[in-house]
Amino acid sequence: MYNFTYHRASGLRQATNLLGKLDEAKLLAGGQTLLPTMKQRLAAPANLVDLNKVEGLSGIELQGRALVIGAMTRHAEVASSPVVQQAIPALAHLAGLIGDPAVRHMGTLGGSVANNDPNADYPAACLALAATIITTKRKLIADEFFTGLFETALMPDEIVVKVSFPLPKKAAYEKFRNPASRYALVGVFVAKRPSEIRVAVTGAGTSGVFRVPAFEEALKKRFSPKALDGLGVPADGMSSDIHGGAEYRAHLVGVMAKRAVAAAME
Amino acid sequence: MTSDVQLATRPADVSARDRVDAAKNLVVSFVLNGKPLSVAVAPTELLADTLREGLGLTGTKVACGTGDCGTCTAILDGEAVRSCLMLTAMVAGKTVETIEGLAGESDIHPIQQAFIDTGAVQCGYCTPGMILAAKALLDENPKPSADDIKEAISGNLCRCTGYTKIIEAIDKVANAVA
Repeated sequence: MYNFTYHRASGLRQATNLLGKLDEAKLLAGGQTLLPTMKQRLAAPANLVDLNKVEGLSGIELQGRALVIGAMTRHAEVASSPVVQQAIPALAHLAGLIGDPAVRHMGTLGGSVANNDPNADYPAACLALAATIITTKRKLIADEFFTGLFETALMPDEIVVKVSFPLPKKAAYEKFRNPASRYALVGVFVAKRPSEIRVAVTGAGTSGVFRVPAFEEALKKRFSPKALDGLGVPADGMSSDIHGGAEYRAHLVGVMAKRAVAAAME
Repeated sequence: MTSDVQLATRPADVSARDRVDAAKNLVVSFVLNGKPLSVAVAPTELLADTLREGLGLTGTKVACGTGDCGTCTAILDGEAVRSCLMLTAMVAGKTVETIEGLAGESDIHPIQQAFIDTGAVQCGYCTPGMILAAKALLDENPKPSADDIKEAISGNLCRCTGYTKIIEAIDKVANAVA
């Protein structure tokens, strides 16, 4: 790890000021991605602004027809929360599938969405549930927030504060997990919302999380795994590595989507 | 843990920072194995290194260093975490337990005894992390199922035992008649 200067922020305003003023500054949330990345020298921020002592950034609350989760809420809290299990069980299920217990005790929702790893789970939930990402500056809908591989619409001095998930009628997440890294080789989140159906895929796309309009159209006509028979996604644009080629991933998108629809119907 | 896709780039001028040893100018206070203490650390210092090198508690192991193996497992405020993926600065005001804190004055911890009795230890390198992962589980869920046990140690790699004896040992403690 390269040396850096550590700053412990006591509030959001201070954290924002530090981010704006310091060179090569990065926010430290749970550290489960950032710290190993720094240890491998793939990232070398000159300044780290630690959010762990900032009050009011974590918590889970049902506000009307939306579930609002603070950015510093750990995956383990989301997975074990009776409020989440009741309101959006698919989201609690997803959080419980992230990494392993040690990762879930530290890793945060805000860290996951801000990093936008193409294999991460939360971006699929945000996109399928039509979540709104609330930052220190504005509110961004998920479709505008995730802009590419490890890329988001966040400005350099903008901090994710919370994420608001509108309650779906039905939802499910099915993940084909890489058994070693526990990241999604392919993960599909299907949400039946009052006005629309959304299918979001993580782990597969070379530009990160994406929706599958053809699946959404078919499921709108008939919400059943059979509606997806004969439909698929092209291998073009799928990522390919030693764990799975593009064609395999494209195939898995169809399989996991069917499983997710079946799970949502239960 | 890092994903397979890593596109972060390294700024050109970082090598200057590589050559400077960071000063131990940050005082961090926390409770370690029941005793409050304050340590002066460098901002870059990881909890695993503070425990092993600063405090001489070498029961906490470091193997992969990137969050894959779990040998560095410690218990932070009651939950299993990776001490190699945590800055010491992040534990300010918190409670940390390591393997050194488990044994009593005269007796070792029941989980440690069960590992011995069951033959759940071979080379022993993963053992402190396994036992702490098991303790964090049993403190929260005293009667875990086999699946609960497997999930609890899913972030702890053992290359010797095949896990069977480890799962047996944890189950034995959980289901022992008190």
